[in-house]
Amino acid sequence: MTTLTDQPATTAQPPSAPRPKRRTRSAQQPALGWRIVVVGLLTVFALYFLLPVYWLIVAATKSTGDLFGSFGLWFTQPQLWENVQNVLTYDGSIYLRWTLNSILYAGAGAAIATLLAAMAGYAMAKYEFRGREGVFNVILAGVLIPGTALALPLFLLFSELGLANTYLAVLLPSVVSPFGVYLCRIYAAAAVPDSLVEAARIDGAGEARIFTALALRIMAPALVTIFLFQFVGIWNNYFLPLVMLSDPKLYPITLGLTSWQSFADRQPDLYQLTVGGAFLSVIPLMIAILVLQRFWRSGLTEGSVKG
Amino acid sequence: MTTWSTRRRAVAGFLMPFLLLYAAFFILPIGYAVYQSLLKTERSGPLGLGGSRRVFAGLSNYASALTDPGFVDSILRVLVFAAVQVPLMITLATALALLLDSASARGVPLFRGAYFLPYGVPGVIASILWGFLYIPGVSPIVDILGKTGIQADFLGSGTVLWSVANIVTWEFAGYNMLVVVAQLKAIDSDLYEAARIDGANAWQVVRHVKLPLIRPAIVLTTVFTIIGSLQLFAEPLVLRPISTAINTSYTPNLAAYTQAFVNNNYGLAAAQAVILAIVACVFSFGFLRLTGQRGDKR
Repeated sequence: MTTLTDQPATTAQPPSAPRPKRRTRSAQQPALGWRIVVVGLLTVFALYFLLPVYWLIVAATKSTGDLFGSFGLWFTQPQLWENVQNVLTYDGSIYLRWTLNSILYAGAGAAIATLLAAMAGYAMAKYEFRGREGVFNVILAGVLIPGTALALPLFLLFSELGLANTYLAVLLPSVVSPFGVYLCRIYAAAAVPDSLVEAARIDGAGEARIFTALALRIMAPALVTIFLFQFVGIWNNYFLPLVMLSDPKLYPITLGLTSWQSFADRQPDLYQLTVGGAFLSVIPLMIAILVLQRFWRSGLTEGSVKG
Repeated sequence: MTTWSTRRRAVAGFLMPFLLLYAAFFILPIGYAVYQSLLKTERSGPLGLGGSRRVFAGLSNYASALTDPGFVDSILRVLVFAAVQVPLMITLATALALLLDSASARGVPLFRGAYFLPYGVPGVIASILWGFLYIPGVSPIVDILGKTGIQADFLGSGTVLWSVANIVTWEFAGYNMLVVVAQLKAIDSDLYEAARIDGANAWQVVRHVKLPLIRPAIVLTTVFTIIGSLQLFAEPLVLRPISTAINTSYTPNLAAYTQAFVNNNYGLAAAQAVILAIVACVFSFGFLRLTGQRGDKR
């Protein structure tokens, strides 16, 4: 674990440290040939990453027949609106229910996970207590445990408690983020000054008040990053809901779409529904990722990869 | 004295909620998996119809897991997969990050966004998408290659593992790139200035300034890629209906899932899950130990 734990926050920047512009264009203008090579390479990779997305957009506009019978990378008789309506109304609008389930699992799970991680990380950064490093190492080991190794025994445990096949079966394990605790500890150690905490104590603020009024606010950039990672992690998770849930009404989108796909052999219309459903679920998340790009990076810069 | 005890109570208050849940949903399941892996179901009465009970089975579940050629093959398969996937992934992620960071790059936010986009696509949906791009008759890629005379088969027994590798690379290369980019951004710009004054060219700056300083990010992404590769599950599961080369024990996780939910053999499934967790720990801790020691010598 040495690489992850040693030399924690010593090099972390305070969150708002202004940094000088790295290079001035005139000082080091690379040769035109190099610029063409680099931008060319970047473009080739961009085409690779965007190809399936482009295919999805084209495919989402096609009829079931054209999905199989026409060239995949160009439009034929687009009927996007009709396809979207089919997805949204099929089987008593179950797709909308899956969407709401996914939002519930990922939204509530990530929010609680972030709060718990903030509390634990802050306590480890700002208080001295016996066994602190031992506890921290046990938490860090959790980062290395394959999530799928936990899902099966969790299912057996939840079955005995009568919790399998309920919302809680997916929600409860999702609120624990060892990686979040790790990020929070490093961030709080670097960004929350001891003198500030001490001053608040002298002013008579209680420990809980110092945390909610001071620390949480200072740690906000890291918390946004942790929330986003946990949200995407839960949203994309497949194994846990697959193991836990048997009632389609409780499915998240991932499980719902694969259930459509697995029935498509017998009912070819479901191919188009799967494609349309994938389109509807992927597009908003992609827009969110692009809009929130700077938050992903800012939290990481201060946290995970320091040291 | 009072402040000391209030602080102690504060620590407990801040830590306990997380630690209790961590114990319940991380530590307890591991213990329970180990416990289950030591049990088997014994049936009584004629034809086993007299009811069943769980009895202690010693290490027999581990023995049957490790002597099952299908399961051993699945472990070897994900190890081969990881041996290719990890270097490929890390090289690609690092190369993308360095290209974006180079002075010659233009349109950086646009490209960075394009590379990171697939991270927002769930693995199963990515697999459904690429599945369509692999099936002959639907796939425009197979179409185009066919017109140039190349009969592409992405789903055959020799190729499908690498088709899975492509899906995994597509999903996570951008995420890993972002971790490296974050570390590159944290490099003190004075170092570039110093290197420039010393007359270093762009390649020398990469080799002697950037690469050594982004090492922690590379170690971190490597560990996550190792763990992710070994617990491969969703991608082969989704491709299974369209590829005859993928069986129900194609990866260790698929094997454990099949044992638990198709054969109802929880003991064996638990043993397989424990074996996989041990293999993952050996490789990730081993890698950390290896890189940690090298770091000490420097």
